[in-house]
Order: sequence, then C-alpha cells, then structure tokens
Amino acid sequence: MYYKETIRQMYDIGVGSLMIIVVVSLFIGAVTAVQFTYQLQGTAIPSYYIGYIVRDMMIIELAVTFSCIILTGKVGSNIASEIGGMRQKEHIDAMEIMGVNTASFLVLPKLLAALLMIPLLVSVAAVVSIGGGYFASTYSGNYSHEEFVEGLRSFFIPWNVMIMYIKAFTFAYILTSIACYQGYFVKGGSIELGQASTRAVVYGIICILIADYIIAVLLTG
Amino acid sequence: MIRAEGIFKSFDHNEVLKGIDFTFEASKTNLIIGKSGAGKTVLLKILVGLFQPTTGKIWYDDKDFFQLNKAELLKIRMQVGMLFQGNALFDSMTVEENIRFPMDMFTRMTEGEKRKRVDYCLERVSMEGINNKFPSEISGGMQKRVGIARAIVLKPKYLFADEPNSGLDPKTAITIDALLTDITDENKITTIINTHDMNSVMEIGDNICLLHLGKLAWQGNKDEVLESDNEILQDFIFASPFLQKLKSRALSNGGGSL
Repeated sequence: MYYKETIRQMYDIGVGSLMIIVVVSLFIGAVTAVQFTYQLQGTAIPSYYIGYIVRDMMIIELAVTFSCIILTGKVGSNIASEIGGMRQKEHIDAMEIMGVNTASFLVLPKLLAALLMIPLLVSVAAVVSIGGGYFASTYSGNYSHEEFVEGLRSFFIPWNVMIMYIKAFTFAYILTSIACYQGYFVKGGSIELGQASTRAVVYGIICILIADYIIAVLLTG
Repeated sequence: MIRAEGIFKSFDHNEVLKGIDFTFEASKTNLIIGKSGAGKTVLLKILVGLFQPTTGKIWYDDKDFFQLNKAELLKIRMQVGMLFQGNALFDSMTVEENIRFPMDMFTRMTEGEKRKRVDYCLERVSMEGINNKFPSEISGGMQKRVGIARAIVLKPKYLFADEPNSGLDPKTAITIDALLTDITDENKITTIINTHDMNSVMEIGDNICLLHLGKLAWQGNKDEVLESDNEILQDFIFASPFLQKLKSRALSNGGGSL
C-alpha cells in the first residue's frame, strides 16, 4: 500500500507539475538573460560572460528557489487540502480505527515522493531556464551562439550543482512537511480548510526563503 | 461485550459526558439514542478510541482499552469495524480497493483470497458487480452498503455505526437496519449503533442507551420503549406531531396499541 501510494504521489508531484515548471523556468532564464544584457551594456565585462552568469544564476539560485516556491503553491496547497479533506470526511478516523498509523501512511509517501521528484523537477528547471537564457540571448541578436556557449563552459564549479541539490532536498522537505502538518491538524469546515491550505503556502514560502539564506551563507558565504 | 465505566468527557470547559455507565452486550444490536448534542457521537468516538475520556474506562470484554499496549491495541483494532455517518470511503480508490484496504494493510492473504472475500462482502450487502466503480459513481445508499462491506471484511467482533440512516430514504434506511442486525446475528458480534431514527429504535433496539444532556437518561429494549413512563424517552420518541397524534389516538382508545 505504501509503495502504491508513493508511486501515485510521485506521479502527481512529478508529472503533474512538469508543465508549469518548464514554462516558468523558460521565462525566468529568458528574463535573466535580457536583464543582464541590459546591465552589461557599456561595461568592460566580456560578452561571453552572459552564458556564465545565466548558468550560475539558474543553478545556484533561481531554478531551485523559483521552482520550489511554485511547487509550494501547487503541491503544498494540494497536499494540505487533500489531507485536510480526509480529516474532515472522517477518512483519517476510519484509518485510525482500522489500526493504520495515519501520520505515517499519509505523510511518508508524500514526503518520499517529494524528495525524489522535486530534485528531478529542479534539474529540468535548471536545464530549461538555461535554454531560455540561450534563446533570449541569441535570437535577440545581442550575442552569438559561440559567445553564449563559451560562457556556459567557463568557470564551471561542480560544487554549485551540489548546492542546487542540497537546496532542492531541503526545500522539498520543508514544503511537504509544512503542508502535511497544516492538513493533518485542520479543524472545522471548508473555511478552515482553505485557511490551512493558505497557511501551508505562506509558511512554506517563508521557510524556504529563510532556508535559502541559511544555505547560501553556509555553503557560499 | 463492551462496557463504559464512569465516562466523563470535557472539551475545554464544556462537559459533554457526565458519568456514563453502560454495558453494550455481545450478539445484540445496541443503540445509543438521544437528541442532537446529547453526546452520542462523543460517546461512540470514545468507545472506538478516537477520543480519550477525561475520566472513566472502556472495557472490551476483560481488557481496559486505554491501558492496552501497542500490540494489544492493534489486535483489538483489527476486531473493530466501523460504518461512518459520511461513509468515509476513500475517493481515490475503487469500491474493491476500499474494501480490500484493511486486508492489504494487515493481512498476508493471497490476491485470490482477498478477491474472494471482497466478492463475498459485496454479495452480503447485495452490491455485486460494482467492484470497479468509484464512490462518487454510486448513490448514498450504495455507499452505505459498501461502507458496511468494508467494516465486515476482517470479520470484526465489534461493529460500530454512526448514524447509518442519515440522508437515506425510509425504505433504504430499513434495509440498512435489517442488514446490520442480520450481520450481528449471523456473526454473534457486538454491534453499537448511534442513531436518532425512530424506526431503528423500534425495529432493531435490543439494548438501548438514551443519552440526555450528557447523562444516561434511560436504558432498556425496543419492547420496553412504549411501556416506559420515562418523560425524556417519551419526549424523544414522540417528538413529531404525527407520532403525538397517534399516541393521543391510542390513549383515547383506551391505551391500546398505536
């Protein structure tokens, strides 16, 4: 049962969020490239730096943080509503009477699914956002293909990819556990369920940003 | 047999149950009745262990329910079936998956054995052939039957039902009542039903516990209901103008039967 539920959650979180992550990442990469092009105008910074800046901005910060903030809105609110709805419709009571450890049965598959799928989604986000940066840079005519690719290949530090995955795992844990907590302990009716869902998103985003700062200080400071 | 001994329950400063002592007998359909807010659901939730009483004990045969260790508690849990007021069928699962759920969680039965048991339980509640439907695709009455099928799938020793007739038409309600009593008789289980349906009281009440303002106001069986001069019971039973009319007609006819 745990296996089946974990697979269902992996599908919901992974496949269900793929489209929005791709669309958002594409534009984040593109906007980053356009704005850095604007800021680099008239400076002595070599033009191929655009690829380098887009790559590291995406890998270290934007792909992972933006993706997880979006996933907090989509997955976090969904988890809080699903578990909260189960509480209100007495599904959790039914499981407890059967002897099921509900905290484990409801939370563990979601947590596992999020820890497995969110880093994968972040990987996709990083690749797509760099792709977005590439298209925005080259199709606008500001930079050549060679310049962007040279930047992409310059000053690469593998540890930055590790930072991205450390952030992805941390944020996945934060957004899932906050959402599960808010849903599991919901009381009252539909208004309270809506409030719990909102709290899951708001607290999730705040905690992700705090964790982002702490990780940045610890790993790059 | 399940026994409630000196059950008090408060939420914040609101005392909902004020010292309930009652024995729910084995092989009988035990009813908890009373007006809305009398404490019926709280008592039922204490009996199944969803709420802990402020003071008092619940005995499952000779076992003090709230003193059981984890293994003993799980053993008791596996002997309990419950039908919820809103059915509590899992929306994301089909009817078959809902009924299989307790077997999947707690037994090492083979796929064939599980399928056979599901088919038997569905047949028992006259719901054959709906295995692959989702709860949202069947009616409220059918959902109740599926809820009963899930409650009996592990052959429980104790069966609980919270307002099993709520939201059902009178005819379906009578069928559900008959089904619950048949299952009780067939399997010699302790069935406890929380209801305020008068038909249920008069038809299936082998052992009735009337709650009023958190206290036990009356106890007896369906045959003793009409004979009783307990005012709270009479108020509760003859609450509707239609039944009051019938009662006064019976009294004017010399106290004969209704």
